[in-house]
Amino acid sequence: MSRYQHMFARLNDANQGAFVPFVMLGDPDKQTSFEIIKTLVESGADALELGIPYSDPIADGPTIQKASIRALNNKITPADCFEVIKQIRAQFPDVPIGLLLYSNLVIKRGLTEFYQAASDAGVDSILIADVPLREAQRFIDVAKNTSIDQILLAPPNASDETLAEIGAKSAGYTYLLGRAGVTGAETAANIPADELIAKLTQYKVAPPLLGFGISKPEQVKEAIKAGAAGAISGSATVNIIAENLDDQKAMLEKLASFVTEMKAATQK
Amino acid sequence: MNHLNSKFGEYGGMYVPELLIPALDQLEQAFIDAQNDPSFIEEFNGLLKDYAGRPTSMTLTKNLVSNPNVKLYLKREDLLHGGAHKTNQVLGQAILTKRMGKTEVIAETGAGQHGVATALACALMGLKARIYMGAKDVERQAPNVFRMRLMGAEVIPVNAGSGTLKDAVNEAMRDWSATYDKAHYLLGTAAGPHPFPTIVREFHRMIGEETRAQIMEKEGRLPDAVVACVGGGSNAIGMFADFIDEPSVKLIGVEPAGKGIHTPDHGAAICTGSKGVLHGAYSYIMQDSDGQIEESYSVSAGLDYPAVGPQHAHLHDIGRAEYAAVTDEEALNAFQLLARKEGIIPALESSHALAHALNMADEADKETIIVVNLSGRGDKDLAHVYNILGEQK
Ligand SMILES: Cc1ncc(COP(=O)(O)O)c(C=O)c1O
Repeated sequence: MSRYQHMFARLNDANQGAFVPFVMLGDPDKQTSFEIIKTLVESGADALELGIPYSDPIADGPTIQKASIRALNNKITPADCFEVIKQIRAQFPDVPIGLLLYSNLVIKRGLTEFYQAASDAGVDSILIADVPLREAQRFIDVAKNTSIDQILLAPPNASDETLAEIGAKSAGYTYLLGRAGVTGAETAANIPADELIAKLTQYKVAPPLLGFGISKPEQVKEAIKAGAAGAISGSATVNIIAENLDDQKAMLEKLASFVTEMKAATQK
Repeated sequence: MNHLNSKFGEYGGMYVPELLIPALDQLEQAFIDAQNDPSFIEEFNGLLKDYAGRPTSMTLTKNLVSNPNVKLYLKREDLLHGGAHKTNQVLGQAILTKRMGKTEVIAETGAGQHGVATALACALMGLKARIYMGAKDVERQAPNVFRMRLMGAEVIPVNAGSGTLKDAVNEAMRDWSATYDKAHYLLGTAAGPHPFPTIVREFHRMIGEETRAQIMEKEGRLPDAVVACVGGGSNAIGMFADFIDEPSVKLIGVEPAGKGIHTPDHGAAICTGSKGVLHGAYSYIMQDSDGQIEESYSVSAGLDYPAVGPQHAHLHDIGRAEYAAVTDEEALNAFQLLARKEGIIPALESSHALAHALNMADEADKETIIVVNLSGRGDKDLAHVYNILGEQK
């Protein structure tokens, strides 16, 4: 069983959904980034979604763009990111770790080489924000060969055809988009329609985690009530980092209480 | 499934968030339907003729070339309404916008030429335009910002990243991913995700078709070479498209070498040869060893873009087109030369193509006919060139 399967089984037994925070690796620097991620797990994060900073993040709103810029200004490279992941993996052998990044970082390094490096660092899944299903097959093939789950994304406007394809190809979990647009806490997620959740079940997609526009415990509760297997919160988490850059202690404390509250909302 | 081929060899594709796929599919379908609809063709051709001023003329230069073997012609896109070739394809996409039942248009612009073309088309067609422009470019191109606003477009400065064209494209794509229901993204060059490179080529291909007819009338034969500058690649692919299957016609694209292609300050994606994904397409791009996109540079804002349209990458790899690079200095010389010798002030972008053609003309040892696509006029560049030449003197 993969770490995701273990996690979903454990949560199922506990009658809970998953809470998965997202942060940018290397934001604002390597050491602080490690402390941040450690805090997230120790405060109750069920899994991690981690970004690799990129110069041109077209699926991200201002909050996550700025996180990328902070890290890039500190000369954080993909190699640095893998180092941070290795440290986290050494300390937390069971927490599922997902990467969320952009295609050019993978293509430049070479698909197999990149996925192998990720796998060696302890990564469980990879989601590429600018690789839609239509371009995904060669990434899925490499993922299979390197023991990585390729995460597919189900948008709210997905056709039946798309959902069927996701069902046939998804592994790990399915990233269920809460709304159109780019990442950001400014515009709230819509709670998925029963109809969509029913279709996801019908097409047997990997467990859906709802993301984009999740910043409050009530949203986590509602998402899980609507049938999502959990919720992902990116910009709200990153905002806490951005607002406390000059006081690391306060930053970690606020992150801890945020994660604790969000996790508490996953109890069914 | 795509109905049209989304790739050119290994290049192109649709590297965009899943959310945008339905919007791109809708656009592809609208384009296919339009191409098969005589009423679309009639409307498009009518606007091109009566509003934009097509066909544009073809001018044989009189004093520019001293080599008696050479005839150098200029395809006069500078005479098109709006001042550059950009107007052609914008009119086409504006009609598609209406046919898709959308009422808003999103566009990006660097120098402001595509923004101006978008603004004029939207004013004409009653569409609401919002145009993303890097904050640095908003400052550098103040007259074009005023033009766009005069014609009713909203100009939105983009502070993210480097505050130039690539960031404006990013922001336009972000906007579109939330607003595709009522807004069309009117991309300004033959780059970006499928179907843009194909649509933009087809809506500019009259440049090459007219060139063929005009040169046949004047010379009774095809030219030996057609030369065009390459930013994203729209004026070049418009000039090339009708000649791709004519092996006797050399296709030559000219990239901006800026301060030299061995310095970091250039925009010559093909000539420096690194492949990757930017703005939805796999092509030649400028990047560092990790795949982070690098800033481009050129004296001409319209060529200051760190990628190139995917069909050019393919034409390069199969050897059908050649790509050269011309420095700021060579382009500025050609700019002044054309003004002095022929009484035509070209855009700095087009001056790159001209500079390369002049080098070819010097070297020709047999009878040679060259056509340069004079993609735009230089009015927009006057203040910029004035400042540079003032500094030099
Ligand atoms: C006059 C002119 N020529 C050329 C270009 C470059 O674009 P493309 O390579 O798409 O023709 C521009 C872009 O702004 C332009 O204004």
